[in-house]
Amino acid sequence: MSLSRREFLKSSAAASAAAAVGMTVPAELEAAANSAEGGWRWDKAACRFCGTGCGIMMATKNGKIVAVKGDPAAPVNRGLNCIKGYFNAKIMYGADRLTKPLLRMDSHGNFDKHGKFAEISWKRAFDEMEKNIRKALKHAGPESVAVFASGQYTIMEGYAAQKMMKAGFRSNAIDPNARHCMASAVVGFYQTFGVDEPAGCYDDIELTDTVISWGSNMAEMHPILWSRVTDRKLSDPEHVKVISIQTYTHRTSDLADTEILFSPNTDTALWNYVAREIVMRDDAEKIIDWDFVKQNLIFAAGPVNLGYGMRRANEKSLNPRRPDGSAGKYSAKEMQTINKEMSKVVSAKEGPALEPFGYKEGDTMKNTGGTLGHWEISFEEYKRSLEPYTLDYTAKIVKGDPDESLESFKAKLQQLADLYIEKGRKVVSFWTMGMNQHTRGTWDNTLAYNVHFLVNKQARPGAGAYSLTGQPSACGTAREVGTFTHRLPADMMVKNPTHRKMAEKKWMIPETTLNGVGKQHIMAIHRGIEDGLIKFAWVNVANAYQDSASASHWIKAAREMDNFIVTSDGYPGISAKVSDLILPSAMIYEKWGAYGNAERRTQHWRQQVLPVGDAMSDTWQWVELSKRFTVDDLWGAYAPSGPRKKPLSDVRKAAYAMGYSGDTTMYEILFANKIAQSYKLDQKDPIQEGYDNSEGYGDARNVVGSDGKVFNGYGFFIQKYLWEEYAAFTRGHGHDLAPFDVYQKVRGLKWPVVDGKETAWRFNVKYDPYAAKAVAKSGSTSEYAYYGTLAKALQHGTLTGKDKSSKKKPLTNKAKIFARPYMDPPEMPDAEYDTWLATGRVLEHWHSGTMTMRVPELFRAVPEALCYMSPADAKAKGLRQGGRAWVESRRGRVKVRVETRGRNRPPRGLVFVPWFDEKVFINKVCLDATCPMSKQTDYKKCAVKIYKA
Amino acid sequence: MSDRRKFILNMARGIGITALGGFVWSAYVEEAIASPLLLRPPGAIKEVDFLKTCIKCGLCVEACPYDTLLLAKPGDNKPLGTPYFIPREIPCYMCPDIPCVPVCPTGALDESSVTTNGELDINVAQMGVAVVDDSSCIAFWGIQCDACYRACPLLGEAISIVYEKNERTGKHAFMKPIVHTDICTGCGLCEKACVTEKAAIFVLPREVALGRAGDYYIKGWDKEDDKRVKNAHAIKTKTRLSKENALDSLNDSGDLY
Repeated sequence: MSLSRREFLKSSAAASAAAAVGMTVPAELEAAANSAEGGWRWDKAACRFCGTGCGIMMATKNGKIVAVKGDPAAPVNRGLNCIKGYFNAKIMYGADRLTKPLLRMDSHGNFDKHGKFAEISWKRAFDEMEKNIRKALKHAGPESVAVFASGQYTIMEGYAAQKMMKAGFRSNAIDPNARHCMASAVVGFYQTFGVDEPAGCYDDIELTDTVISWGSNMAEMHPILWSRVTDRKLSDPEHVKVISIQTYTHRTSDLADTEILFSPNTDTALWNYVAREIVMRDDAEKIIDWDFVKQNLIFAAGPVNLGYGMRRANEKSLNPRRPDGSAGKYSAKEMQTINKEMSKVVSAKEGPALEPFGYKEGDTMKNTGGTLGHWEISFEEYKRSLEPYTLDYTAKIVKGDPDESLESFKAKLQQLADLYIEKGRKVVSFWTMGMNQHTRGTWDNTLAYNVHFLVNKQARPGAGAYSLTGQPSACGTAREVGTFTHRLPADMMVKNPTHRKMAEKKWMIPETTLNGVGKQHIMAIHRGIEDGLIKFAWVNVANAYQDSASASHWIKAAREMDNFIVTSDGYPGISAKVSDLILPSAMIYEKWGAYGNAERRTQHWRQQVLPVGDAMSDTWQWVELSKRFTVDDLWGAYAPSGPRKKPLSDVRKAAYAMGYSGDTTMYEILFANKIAQSYKLDQKDPIQEGYDNSEGYGDARNVVGSDGKVFNGYGFFIQKYLWEEYAAFTRGHGHDLAPFDVYQKVRGLKWPVVDGKETAWRFNVKYDPYAAKAVAKSGSTSEYAYYGTLAKALQHGTLTGKDKSSKKKPLTNKAKIFARPYMDPPEMPDAEYDTWLATGRVLEHWHSGTMTMRVPELFRAVPEALCYMSPADAKAKGLRQGGRAWVESRRGRVKVRVETRGRNRPPRGLVFVPWFDEKVFINKVCLDATCPMSKQTDYKKCAVKIYKA
Repeated sequence: MSDRRKFILNMARGIGITALGGFVWSAYVEEAIASPLLLRPPGAIKEVDFLKTCIKCGLCVEACPYDTLLLAKPGDNKPLGTPYFIPREIPCYMCPDIPCVPVCPTGALDESSVTTNGELDINVAQMGVAVVDDSSCIAFWGIQCDACYRACPLLGEAISIVYEKNERTGKHAFMKPIVHTDICTGCGLCEKACVTEKAAIFVLPREVALGRAGDYYIKGWDKEDDKRVKNAHAIKTKTRLSKENALDSLNDSGDLY
């Protein structure tokens, strides 16, 4: 009879001897145990890919992952996966996996920005990083040190990165790629609820009667959720309705009862049309639940002349302005669009929608740049903002397929409104990038809540407006941990002095250490590099040079200016190629980790295998970097810099008073303090037993670390420490996370986890203990409490402005309905650039393809990005199915194969090109306009011309 | 076309032409009958006739912009010099102008069979037909795949998705690919895209893959099917029980009494 793995470990003399001297080597034991039983080990984990958050089981054999299965116990997917999830076992083992640090060097082994990459030691890598960070700090203070962070960090990595950046370097120039993916959703949540993240959960799918997909190809981007939607539809095909609202036909429309193709950006008009129907028909049909509205909601408005989040006239790279129309580093063609950032002429299309806000067609609108400011208005004012959206006006501007009849389109709009209005019909509106990647993305998000609030179909089982996330830990890491420039853990803000103080206390750092200006979002970092403000940038778990629009500018700035760009990655993507230093990162199952999905479900996994080559986790890389900087290095005074107009104070004395000395390292303060060391490594702990912990113990590879010596581990359970310190921020504030050990046993829990119980529907008194508490405290009888605290006291005003003399009125537990008009995006098709370009994803590939393009089966299935266009457009432009064409904008062009058939079928006037393929570098064509409030790039709209290549 | 490919093409073509000189060729034809699984270019006439008509000139191969078509080389164990394709490697991308067909000098590739209303129409090509092995197709396990469906140039027509409740999970749906053999051209884009180790959807020659229902029964509910009646002919049946005529049967009492 063969020994079980555990018995083998227990009885193994080697194991007990190693344990006795405190130098456990689980990898070797594991290998021995495996060979003893000749088998493999199954353990739970989360899928690496999208925000759905499927549970999987990983089979490990001889130190490698050999197979994966869907976890039948996981409530999200019950053992199923999509085809990306199906290949989780293959993603870490590509032939070109990065295994050693690589530096651009000359023939003498010195760093040379124009040199070729060659292998170096980890010590040399950290030497170069340290040197260049010091140089940057000297050049322009903390604002000169930046990090392109990620919604694919594990929670612990994100927490370590932001702690070192914000507490150590005092820099808020850290922002995740999640900025590109759901920042508009975040600001929408903050504006509406005063707190981030969805009210609902995936159970809404089984409970609803109506699924309305707005600007979201769920069938390809959230396949497992879509399979649940499909099941719901099958369970009652007559009653359950599925509506697909898109700019082009794709897989999601296949299941839909009705497809509404809208003209890009006009979804804001569509939402307002539905709201108008509700409000205007209310007298006759008694649609609005006025008790609910009065008890729980107020109406609000803000300025509309916000610009489009592009560069502004005073920025360095836009100067000098030249007579030929070019400016600084931007061509005259590019400036045609960028100039609209400063002012624009109101078009005939948007004129009627803007009239209640004091603008009409032909007016010149002076843009002031984004602001989050808003004020309370009356219901009458809100109603006035809806008046323009008659069926005629809406249908005229919204209809996206020139070949569809206006009459058929109008009928669909009426059906849409009727579905939202129908008494007793539960409705879920799902959206993803279509509404978020939008120069009025924040508005679009708030408009969704408007409709759901007006019909009281929000935060109820089976009913609600539901923002889905794209990345596996956009919620868990980017949002909840707060790896955004403006955030601190658990919904706290760097701008808020009380929040800074709370974080400083928890982090055991002096008061006023934290920098209160958090404005260096992703595009501000790219632009800051181009302006010469930022001299050091580090890409973590992301591909910032492939995923950002107007890409040529950022690549040029990285390669041709005096700066130092570092990329940590598993594979050599474009970001690695444009870097000066490349660090090999441990990939997902090579480290302990946790992700948080789009239904607030947090899922943990253990380190399954040792990393490949000399790769080490991003947590390790951050912690090793922290060893290089001391109190005296970082905590002196800094002059104003970049967006920060005030100096940062010298906190060294306060640090000394806390018992730190001038040469105490950030490692000792932030990562290896007494509390950290209290989290013990223990191979008798059933959670740790038999599992590697490369950060804790070092590992069998004997990687030579940042000090030139074999890395033997920190000697404590650093991932558990990072988790518990972070989780402490969340508890008691409505974000409560459970203890580390609990997550090792369950298939994730939806926060807030109160008294061991997860929360299915937030803000609903029946389900959310925080809502119950808030209602009890205020003595209200409401069934809801929107207990978020951000911007919960407002002045009063009208659609055209704030009454400056009005007093701020508190809005405890209330949510907001916003008056927000349709507006044009800054770049629209014209005579020369006559076609809309939308970009996006395909099911087979994950984001920039660094992982999935290395899985042979997925590569074979979709080896290249195609330009999907209507056959009529192809014919008119003299293009052949399967032939090559140039897609060219004011910023650049790419060559791409034309596809007039298949999965994506755009109407005339629009093409779709996915962005996963680094050989079809579509972000060179895209425009880096953003929502001026959320700073999220609009990848769905720019104007291109297409011609034969 | 790459130099390497040109070289191989010339070599294969050379053999075809040399072989034409002698009666050696017929031996290869024999071999061809033994390997009936070849997929031919669009418009190829019936295999038996094709082998007699194709002069192994390689013009179709040269015309293909995707390097899909190959000429059988020695050792391929296929009729030497004849064009074929392997969809798992390079499928037929179904060019609307079908450049490989009009160049055929002998009619082995028959333009009229890929023509609708006087215009070339690749959608009516019948190179083969896709077949799904539902035991290895992961969509039949419940995995959200449909890679073949999304790859299909006649998406929704040649392959459609059948939605079915997944009773095991209680909240997901199967999305199973179903091939419509009347529409499928056998281009093989599905086989190329299939993500399983060995493709779970693959193209076979129609003769091999398809059954045939007799023309003596017409679907009463399908007007389209009525056209089969024109193939119906006089029927005479015979089984082991029935004899040449009734008299023989009646006069042979066997061991009945």
